[in-house]
Amino acid sequence: MSSLYYIALKSLVTKEINRFTRIWLQTLVPPAITMSLYFVIFGNLIGSRIGQMSGFSYMEFIVPGLIMMSVITNSYSNVASSFFSSKFQHNVEELLVAPVPTWIIIAGYVGGGVARGLIVGTIVTCLSLFFVDLQIFNLAVLIVSVLLTSILFSLGGLINAVLAKTFDDISIIPNFVLTPLTYLGGVFYSLTLLPDFWQTVSKVNPIVYMINTFRYGFLGVTDIPLIYSFSMIIGFVVLLYSLAHWMISRGIGLRT
Amino acid sequence: MKALAITGLTKTYKGGVEALKGIDLCVEEGDFYALLGPNGAGKSTTIGIISSLVNKTQGKVEVFGFDLDTQLMQAKQQIGLVPQEFNFNQFETVLQVVVNQAGYYGVPRQEALKRAEKYLTQLELWHKRNEKSRELSGGMKRRLMIARALMHRPKLLILDEPTAGVDIELRRSMWDFLQQLNQDGVTIILTTHYLEEAEMLCRNIGIINHGVIIQDTSMKDLLSKLNVETFILDLVANDQNYQLQGFEFRIIDEHTLEVDVQRGCVLNGLFEQLTQQGIEVLSMRNKANRLEELFIGLVEQSR
Repeated sequence: MSSLYYIALKSLVTKEINRFTRIWLQTLVPPAITMSLYFVIFGNLIGSRIGQMSGFSYMEFIVPGLIMMSVITNSYSNVASSFFSSKFQHNVEELLVAPVPTWIIIAGYVGGGVARGLIVGTIVTCLSLFFVDLQIFNLAVLIVSVLLTSILFSLGGLINAVLAKTFDDISIIPNFVLTPLTYLGGVFYSLTLLPDFWQTVSKVNPIVYMINTFRYGFLGVTDIPLIYSFSMIIGFVVLLYSLAHWMISRGIGLRT
Repeated sequence: MKALAITGLTKTYKGGVEALKGIDLCVEEGDFYALLGPNGAGKSTTIGIISSLVNKTQGKVEVFGFDLDTQLMQAKQQIGLVPQEFNFNQFETVLQVVVNQAGYYGVPRQEALKRAEKYLTQLELWHKRNEKSRELSGGMKRRLMIARALMHRPKLLILDEPTAGVDIELRRSMWDFLQQLNQDGVTIILTTHYLEEAEMLCRNIGIINHGVIIQDTSMKDLLSKLNVETFILDLVANDQNYQLQGFEFRIIDEHTLEVDVQRGCVLNGLFEQLTQQGIEVLSMRNKANRLEELFIGLVEQSR
């Protein structure tokens, strides 16, 4: 049985990776261009006038956040668009009729989302090297935080796609929830710059924890204790996984 | 062994529509079974429940002894589904469609490639293996769905209108293919609106209407219930007023005669009378398919 599941998972992940690499002009190139513009405008042009933040140049400070931002949006949108397209074209039925347990379906789609998130993250990291001399403070924290974040947002994209009824439904969350939360998650500023009240409010935003742990991996500075951040991220992963598992098992949005 | 055993199956959709009202159905291993019914009768709902695409409201479904409620994975492994609508990824190549599907059933890639070559060759699609599936013709897409459903070698193949919109030549080659599959031991359940297809292929038949099975019997027994058959005779032009004793008939025009023949009635008498009156017959055919006549009668009765 485990070999059956392994083959099913491999087939699904491979299919997902083939999907976004086949349309690389739509999936891999745009984030590279967008982030390059961020580096040039916010990092070079405006950043040079801002000075230091948390003891680092502004460019050094925002690079981890921008990398994380691209990982978040790409992991999310990959799974949301892929799963919803499968629903829309009915080819999700290929999976529903097959002896594939729910956890394999989730792992397969999340695997695809993580793969795209990490590839885009790597591309953006490479591009950032043209603008800043990146140092790695703690590789383990860096890898674990980017991986968990990518998993978390892939799960978010999956839930969005399961519930979506139209293509509009899969763009509402990224546009009206994800983007504001990312911008307010400390990509461009340190939370310590905010008044106490807004610092407290910011801690409701899960993206704050992800950006802080990732930034710690590069720079060794964080606004929130690492253990607290990791606990929050893992908690959200468990929560979203459980929700996705429950919804797909019950056939919500998939079976009549 | 029973390939499929359905007991007390009901399905009520959210809007309150009762699609199935407690059906019982049994298909033996090795059977070629026709599940017929008018549009909206409950055929696709039944197939959807068997293949786990529709949640049942109540009842029990067993596939080769595996209960859908408690042994879902084992039950799914036995089934190959060819749905009514094209539901493969239109952006994948033909080969990717079938190999991916095999992967979901745990078939290793090397083995999947061998099976893909076998089934795509049999269904005359091997030369199209590297083309995007959306570029195939309608008939080719239908065949691709069949090849995909066979990749994990199911014991029960469910075909939901597999020849819809397919030209007659291709339909006949698909019939040959399905008959061969059935001879090789695959149990087949077929829904179709082409009743001559069901009559030609299937040994047993179930007719469903308004969510109720109104007939579940062998094709032979069902056809034996037909009391009257109507034949159309094509004649050499004849404008004389002729009579036929012992037969109900209608003169449609100078070339065409319709005759109702009771079951068990010998046709020689008909031809004798026509010959005596100097009427020459060029050809003769059934007005409607025999099963079609029965089907319409049964569905009308169940209303």
